[in-house]
Parts: sequence; structure tokens; C-alpha cells
Amino acid sequence: MPTYGEVVETVVELFRKAETELGDDVIQALRKAYEEEDNEVARMNLEAILRNIEIAKEKRIPICQDTGLPIVFVELGRELCLDFSLVDAIREGVVRATQEVPLRPNAVHPLTRENPGNNIGLYMPQINVDIVEGDRLKITVMPKGAGSENCSALKMLLPSEVNKIKRFVVEVVKNAGGKPCPPIFVGVGIGSTFDGCAKLAKKALLRDVTEMNEFELEILNAINRLGIGAMGLGGKITALAVLVECGHCHTASLPVAVNIQCWANRRASAVLR
Amino acid sequence: MEIKTPISAEIVQKLRVGDIVYITGEMLTARDKAHLRALEWIKSGKKLPVSFNNSVIYHCGPLVKKVGDEWKVISAGPTTSARMNASTKELLKFVDSIVIVGKGGMDIAEELKGKGVYLAYTGGAGALAANAIKRVKDVHWLDLGMPEAIWVLEVEKFGPCIVAIDSHGNSLYDDVKRKVEENFRKLLDEL
Repeated sequence: MPTYGEVVETVVELFRKAETELGDDVIQALRKAYEEEDNEVARMNLEAILRNIEIAKEKRIPICQDTGLPIVFVELGRELCLDFSLVDAIREGVVRATQEVPLRPNAVHPLTRENPGNNIGLYMPQINVDIVEGDRLKITVMPKGAGSENCSALKMLLPSEVNKIKRFVVEVVKNAGGKPCPPIFVGVGIGSTFDGCAKLAKKALLRDVTEMNEFELEILNAINRLGIGAMGLGGKITALAVLVECGHCHTASLPVAVNIQCWANRRASAVLR
Repeated sequence: MEIKTPISAEIVQKLRVGDIVYITGEMLTARDKAHLRALEWIKSGKKLPVSFNNSVIYHCGPLVKKVGDEWKVISAGPTTSARMNASTKELLKFVDSIVIVGKGGMDIAEELKGKGVYLAYTGGAGALAANAIKRVKDVHWLDLGMPEAIWVLEVEKFGPCIVAIDSHGNSLYDDVKRKVEENFRKLLDEL
């Protein structure tokens, strides 16, 4: 059985890893973009991005100064019996990661804007728990920056508007322009409920970004005909991947959420037994 | 091209969209809250701890760490400049010459005419940017929080930055935006 201390340690190390190293799938997508792009300014930006990733990994420093909000996904095996508060352990891990990685203290009260300085607060870190089969505890951290999060959108479409989903996604990306640090990853949640589709959109971003189905590729190709380019200064690669997750919804609704993720799609996972 | 601070109005006028520059000298970070407080102080006649006139303002909330008595910059890429659109328009009324560094672009081509340029630095490139920051010279308004304080940074060959809005009314973002809207209209039939 995992202990309190192990969970704290794991959370600290996962944040360190996510903040300083990108996954191979993300790096592969960025390199491919650099090879395919022919706009000179966009290539200069992609080159800076790739150099930045190398420096961050080598020096073990955060890739981006916006170390994001601490978002944690937990898969809790139903056979596990924890004799401590998992929430407390994750919170302590975030406080320590803020000190040790370090992370920028980003979490503030929404109205007073007061900053407690440790990334802890009301419903923060955001912890999402799924109960799964087995005896494993899987922890995934996904530090999410504000630049891309601010450009995300949700719309309650009509059930008759299935054919308008693509248009909505492309329009959200168009309106975001250069603000979310393109080339971006586009997480799309279709169905479920108002809140459920937003969660699906975020979860989609955890997937391997090099594997897309036909529907996702179709949206990606449409987005890449907009011409926004890296950092919004023009170019043919605006998005690196479109990742869609679906959930059953009410027969009378069609919620669609678009969660934009900057090129630094940071996430890291570990399994404890 | 390397430009050294303080950057004269003459050099600012010479820069054109598309030029690539590297900055050496001093940059001041300022985000949402610093802009708002600066405006409040200027309007009430209170003296600012730094002068924005002839300065290089960097839209950045750095990740810094105190090591002994000194602040060390860990990661310090640019933040989304568009959030400061309104406050910058207001602030520009009180300066003669300015260089703004950020990412994502701004809606201030008109207001920058004859007095300033906007330089785009690669968003998210916090580690690369920190490499060019030699030291923290000073910090003001730390009560606003680490990201929102004004950090006075000494930089060496900070770049590459691209002149995205020049002082003659040209904006790369406006050009791209026009094309993107046109492309979107063409796409609509297929979507």
C-alpha cells in the first residue's frame, strides 16, 4: 500500500518532471512542425521553442515561467485501502513542489486576488479522482498555464447541430490567434453535461498527441488552413494535434468544450502500489 | 541587430516590422497589476519607483528564487500582452518613447505611432529567456505578488525579438489577422 510520504514525494517529483521535460510525443510533434513550416518568422519561433526545451531539461528548470495551476488526475484502484488523506498528501506535495522545483505561486483568490504564495487554496490543487479496477494508485499531474486556458470556450449546441461542431472548434482557435502560444494542442470534449464536456476536453490533452483519428485530423487540417502560425505571426502550423473525447449526453443537448493547450503540453504520471 | 538601453527615440523610429533585435541593458517587468497601480500613482501625482519613459517594458511574470540576499531568475518568458491593451493605451499618454516586449500581440498600433515599438519574444521560452538575464537589479511592488511585481532586470543579448508593431502604424498581427479572417471565411463553406 502506498504511504502518505510516498504520495507527497511522488507529487513533488511529478511536478519537477512535468515542468522541466516534455513528453516524447510532444517533442516529436514540435520537431515535425519545424520541418514542415516554411514561414521564416514561424521557424525562428519554433527553433527558439526547441532550444528552450533543451535548456530546461539540461538545467532542470521550468520550461515556462508560467508553471501553471496544479491539476492532478488520480486513478484509485478499488482494492486499495489508504489509511491517510490522499487530498492532504497531494496538497503537501504541491506546497513542497512550489518551494523546491520551484513553481511560480499562481493560485489567487478569484475576487480579492490575494496570493497565498503556495499554490494552495479553495478547490486548489484541482484533484480529479476516478475509481478503477485493481490495486494501483496512478497519479498524473498537468500544470496548466493561463495563456492558453484563457482562450478556451464552451458552447451548448443544439442536438441538430452535430455538423457545426467543427466550425465551433475552428472558430475558437481563430479567435485565440497568437494569444495561447501556438502551435497549440486542441482538446475537445463532445457530449456529457455542461461541466462534463469541459472535463473531457481537458482529459483529451493527456492522450498521446501523435495518434489521431480521421475526425480529429479533419479538424486539424481545417485549423492549419487559418494561417495563424507559431506565436500568431503567420505560418502554416497553428495546431499540432486535435484530441477529441466523447461522452453520452442528454437527447436534448450537445455540449462542446474546446480546451486550448499551448505548445508546452506538460504532464507526468506515476503508478504506486 | 543588437540594441542597447536606454534606447533613443531615434532608434525606435528606425525599427521596422520584421526586424530582428537583441536587447542589452535594462528591462522592467510589468503585468496587469503593475500597469494599474502605475496609472493610479501617475494620476494622483505620486512618484513611481521606476520611470517608464525611455524604458523597455517586458510583459513578464518571472519565476524567481531568493538565494541568500539575491534574487535569481529561474524562468522568465513573456506573458500574453493583450491583457494590457487598455492600460497600455492609457500609459502611453504619459511617455514620449518606449519599447514593449511581450507575446501574442497588442491592439495599440495607433497609440505607438511616433513613440514606440512592440517586440515579440517566443511565448513559453522561459528557460531560454532566463539565459539572457544576467541579474536582478531591483524589485518594486513585491506586495502585488511575485508575478505582478516590477522586476528590474539586467539583460545581455535578449532575443531573438521580432519587431511586430513599429512606430509607423505597421503591425504584423493586423496583417496576419486580416489573412486569417479571409481564410476562415473561405473555410466556412466546408465546415
